[in-house]
Amino acid sequence: MSRARDGRLLRGAVLAVLAAGLVAPIAAGLWQTARAAFGIMPAIGATEAGLAPLRALLDVPGLGTSVTVTLVTGLGATALSLALALGLAAVAHARLASPFGTRLLAPFLAAPHAAVAIGLAFLLAPSGWIARLLAPIFGWVQPPGVVTVGDPWGVALIVGLAVKEVPFLLLMILAALSQVRLRQDMAAARALGYGPGIVWVKVIAPQLWPLIRLPVMVVLAYSLSVVDMALILGPSNPPTLAVLLTRLFSDPDIARLLPASAGALLQLALVVAAFAGLWSVERAARSAGLWWLRRGGRGVTAEPGLRLAAFGASALLALGALALVSLALWSVAWRWPWPAALPETWSLRAWSGNARGWGAALTTTLALAALTTGAALLLAIAWLEGEDRARRGRAGWAEALIYLPLLVPQIGFLYGLNVLFLQAGVTDHFLAVAWAQALFVFPYVMIALSPAWRALDPRLVRSAAALGAGPWRRLVAVKLPVLLTPLMTAAAVGVAVSVAQYLPTLFMGAGRVQTLTTEAVALSSGSDRRVTAVYATLQAALPFAAYVAAFAIPALVHRDRRALRGAAA
Amino acid sequence: MRIPLIAAAVTALALPAAADWQDTLAAAEGQTVYWHAWGGDARTNAFIEWVGAQTEARYGVSVEQVKLTDTAEAVTRVLSERAAGRDTGGSVDLIWINGPNFLAMKEQDLLFGPFVADLPNARYVDLSPGAPASVDFTVPVDGMESPWRLAKFVFNYDSARVAEPPETMAAFVDWAAENPGRFTHPDPANFMGATFLKQALIELAPDRGVLQEPVTDESYAATIEPLWAWYDALRPNLWRQGEAFPENQSVQQQMLNDGVIDMSMSFDPASTAAAIDEGLLPESARVFVPEGGTIGNVSFVAIPYNAANPEGAMVVANFLLAPETQAHMQNIEVLGSYSVLDPARLDAEAQAAFAALPDAPALPDLDALGPTLLEPHPSWMTRLTDDWARRYTR
Amino acid sequence: MSLSLAGLAVRFRGGPPLFPPLDLEIAPGQMAAVMGPSGVGKSTLLDAVGGHLAHGFSCEGRVTLNGRDVTGLPPEARRIGLVFQDAGLFPHLSVGDNLAFGLARSVRGRAARRAAVERALAQAGLEGMAARDPATLSGGQRARAALMRALLAGPEAILLDEPFSGLDTERRSEMRAFTLDLIRRRAIPALIVTHDPADAEAAGGPRMTLSAA
Repeated sequence: MSRARDGRLLRGAVLAVLAAGLVAPIAAGLWQTARAAFGIMPAIGATEAGLAPLRALLDVPGLGTSVTVTLVTGLGATALSLALALGLAAVAHARLASPFGTRLLAPFLAAPHAAVAIGLAFLLAPSGWIARLLAPIFGWVQPPGVVTVGDPWGVALIVGLAVKEVPFLLLMILAALSQVRLRQDMAAARALGYGPGIVWVKVIAPQLWPLIRLPVMVVLAYSLSVVDMALILGPSNPPTLAVLLTRLFSDPDIARLLPASAGALLQLALVVAAFAGLWSVERAARSAGLWWLRRGGRGVTAEPGLRLAAFGASALLALGALALVSLALWSVAWRWPWPAALPETWSLRAWSGNARGWGAALTTTLALAALTTGAALLLAIAWLEGEDRARRGRAGWAEALIYLPLLVPQIGFLYGLNVLFLQAGVTDHFLAVAWAQALFVFPYVMIALSPAWRALDPRLVRSAAALGAGPWRRLVAVKLPVLLTPLMTAAAVGVAVSVAQYLPTLFMGAGRVQTLTTEAVALSSGSDRRVTAVYATLQAALPFAAYVAAFAIPALVHRDRRALRGAAA
Repeated sequence: MRIPLIAAAVTALALPAAADWQDTLAAAEGQTVYWHAWGGDARTNAFIEWVGAQTEARYGVSVEQVKLTDTAEAVTRVLSERAAGRDTGGSVDLIWINGPNFLAMKEQDLLFGPFVADLPNARYVDLSPGAPASVDFTVPVDGMESPWRLAKFVFNYDSARVAEPPETMAAFVDWAAENPGRFTHPDPANFMGATFLKQALIELAPDRGVLQEPVTDESYAATIEPLWAWYDALRPNLWRQGEAFPENQSVQQQMLNDGVIDMSMSFDPASTAAAIDEGLLPESARVFVPEGGTIGNVSFVAIPYNAANPEGAMVVANFLLAPETQAHMQNIEVLGSYSVLDPARLDAEAQAAFAALPDAPALPDLDALGPTLLEPHPSWMTRLTDDWARRYTR
Repeated sequence: MSLSLAGLAVRFRGGPPLFPPLDLEIAPGQMAAVMGPSGVGKSTLLDAVGGHLAHGFSCEGRVTLNGRDVTGLPPEARRIGLVFQDAGLFPHLSVGDNLAFGLARSVRGRAARRAAVERALAQAGLEGMAARDPATLSGGQRARAALMRALLAGPEAILLDEPFSGLDTERRSEMRAFTLDLIRRRAIPALIVTHDPADAEAAGGPRMTLSAA
């Protein structure tokens, strides 16, 4: 049938673009890194294969502690985020699933990791906002001598990661809940004498797990290899492995590139080991859970635990909100000394004095966001439409392909990719950065768009076909307008992901491409919180504006269409 | 007859250079110079922006500052470009550099030059052998980098909280014991943290002379013992018991401003006054130096061998050395960094411009800063910081 | 004009046929009715006739429209209209634009197209509702608008999938009469899937009951 061939062609084209643009760079980058890890990097005169780079890596002071800290923070942040998100979903899913609830989550989803980290660093520091508010109560003359930000075990980093990952997992859980017969199962199990909390743990959560396993793996891989947040909130002596490697990769001693590459492989191994660990935990939990289930006990109550988790999640979100507010305050402060609860003097000089700097960074950030989001959205639409036309569901390998860039640690392939780009003579840093960012923007756009695309009432498309509309008219005149809200939301997600990218911009941009994020992270190791706050505020405001637009534009376009107003988000 | 003859001779001597400079100016016009410079100081960033505006207006050369968290990033960038065979059109045009990074680039032939003698404004600088602008951390400059600001290690403190700062490096141990947790130093992986250790090393070394030679196992073993003894006594009373350190002096200055600690340090004697002016330190912040003086060095700019815009970079380096630029830079309301020019080589007008610069209470006069100690050979710093990392990293 | 199905059967993922192969001939103006328990594949039968089968379904036999074999054609080329229970009006378009979407391309010029839409609306008792949001119409109004939209496309046959089941009893018979009347006047064959014996009774054409194969 011509229509199926049309679909196959479209799918083929999309796959070719993805293979060349997404899989090949990652594979080639990994290959370069692996070769360097075993001593082969002809560009710097290293041609002898061997384990010397690995030995040099093991010789780096504090490597063992660094790996331990990485595991503690990565696994801790993932477990904490999952527990809190599940708890909050159990207690408040009805309210959160409403358009209002999704809008409540939007600022947290939108705020880049670096901006949240910069805000939290001030909020949580011994001389920070919370301590300043408590100082009069406890009579602190000097900031208390407690260790908060940068603590050796990375608790501050775990909190920071959780502030960002809880909303993400919550959104994924809410999306998954729509595929679970929550009301019926809840009613059926409660009629059998189980309390609602126990029903969540015994009936709902096991159904949710397969639907949120991939997002949890994304969180796990991200938490184990995050750089910007770990730079700002994590321990420094030694730092987490990803930060240690970023420093090794930028060491003036060129020979350090080899142990750095070996470290990148180690980072990769840590992530793979963590996935394996997750898999064994899943299996163990299944058999233990079934044993528990078959006993049929109704006595234990899970509500206190779930409520505690929900409270913890709410407290985290409150911390995140305060962190963002403190950024805005600092950006308009002049003197804000300890222990003042609010700035002593106010000034717009941080904004006006750096207008040229943040103006340029804002322009670059906007251009990158527009380019990468536009390209990712086009590709995502082509992919989904190809599936429709070929009348095919998504194969498992295709799903894995989408998630690939989110599961491989960035540091594992970005430096190798950078070397490849240089060798290939790619001199346009802006395009190189855009490409590297798109590797991460596309998966999130796909994740955001796919469920809504599939949930589209098939009868609308059939009606259009029966009225004589061909595939292109069905796409342009029916699907895209009806899906305007999810399309805009996916675009906002794309903008948020692009704005937040740190390592790809740093490595591929050769310092020439300065975005709000790279500038904010660079300034965060400076002395002027006010200027840092200007960049971080802008950095958080830009994706937030994209989310607001994602709500406002469909509401405006469909203002006279009741069925499309406030639907989905 | 003699006077025209001399004039002719001078003209003949001066002409080629002047003509070369005209060629450089012509080639530079329209170029954008990517100046890789540590970006942690807002006033320096603003000064670099001012420089760019000036060179753009005067010579058609615009400046784009690439803000680094560590100068080593720029060195790596040039290295990886060479690794990839990119020997022209490189992404780095100018680097704010000195010490080990300069040595690394010089040793690996990653620098363009010598070019300093070609800069017309180099005539205001004392470039005689052994002069501060001719030696960088004991390494001869050889015209491969051009000076632009003077750096001298100083401590600063909040006089509202600290009555008597320590008078020697040795005295820091007692001060910290009386005020546990109220002092720290930047991580020695950062040049400021390393300088703190070097400052102590110079004071405590049995024989200071060996520090001017490349380090050997023998000289290191013979010199280092008193330093670690001193440090082991100091460290338990540092902020967080010396288990964690601020990343650099900017972060530490913020800690001083927040009241987390009572003393910080800087490589710029004017930075305290400047920070007060900027609202970044309390009015009561003051500068002090230990008896016997402190380490001093000169900040340079260098041009990588593969710079895409070397002519533009030279124009910027030359503009940095203009007396009016240096006077503007030394103005406490602008940057407050001390000039690298030799006052004896300035004309009366330029000298008057320097004399007329405004003053500030936290700005130390030159006498109070004491003598300038020479930087040890860079190999000492590398050895020292590696050893520190081994001893004190968990 | 006639619609004929010859040995039509649908399988899911190569499994056994969902219902025994079907032979059916529907004359112009005639309405055939298919009944059967839910889940037996009544809607799937309509999908097979209209060319809308979802992924995993495969179809055997032949669908012929006025002697033209349409079995291999995509749905937009078959000229077979489709009306659903809750109408399937496009939520992003006004009622008038929904009708204009269906209106055959042969009607040219803005004024002429608008007049055609207005005429169709008047015929369905929906005068002056062109600018309305479909979501603000009553169930009966939506059903009539959807039928008019399908007919404006000039179909050579029409498929009705439980078209009246969302309506209360009174509106139901009214809508049923309206629909049958229109189809007779247009003289096109129609195939209705329903679980209401009254619908099948009123249709007056061939009746058959699907049962699982």
